Amino acid sequence: MPLEKKIIEELIKSSIPDAKVIIEDLRGDGDHYSATVISKTFDGKSKIEQHKMVYNSLEGKMGKELHALMLKTKLE
Amino acid sequence: MNDINIDVTESINNELNTNDVVLFMKGTPDFPMCGFSAATVQVLKNLGISFSSINVLDSNEMREGIKKFSDWPTIPQLYVKKEFIGGCDIVKEMYESGELLELLNSRGIQVNPS
Repeated sequence: MPLEKKIIEELIKSSIPDAKVIIEDLRGDGDHYSATVISKTFDGKSKIEQHKMVYNSLEGKMGKELHALMLKTKLE
Repeated sequence: MNDINIDVTESINNELNTNDVVLFMKGTPDFPMCGFSAATVQVLKNLGISFSSINVLDSNEMREGIKKFSDWPTIPQLYVKKEFIGGCDIVKEMYESGELLELLNSRGIQVNPS
């Protein structure tokens, strides 16, 4: 089931409030996205931890409703 | 509750104990069934390392089991010397930055970049 771009952005921002979120719908099908998430809260965390923070914000949708999300996390 | 199946945990541990580099993926290295798995295989092939692969599509228990085992929601998943390295995005990023090569070298994994 496709998930809207806006909803993904809202979910990420609700758990990482300072996050800058850039989302691209790669195929225009609402199912294959790329997201870049920039937040100061990533400081001192490993890439795995950073990605987990984003996955956690998606409340279990990752790997289910949201099949394909290319993810990049950055500090600045 | 969906507790992690003991048999699956055991076979995951067994796999990680007997192979230095293990990729849990959809499909096989020659016939990946998902773009993310294919991209990860390509990185490992570019580095010329030998790795063992588990096709999670062969077993639903393994597919769900490895996600719980790693506490990671997606496939593929790369392990080096029993350590979870990441999924496709992290592996690609580490490959491009040279970090992955560094990590493999530091773990004594033989690489042969093409």
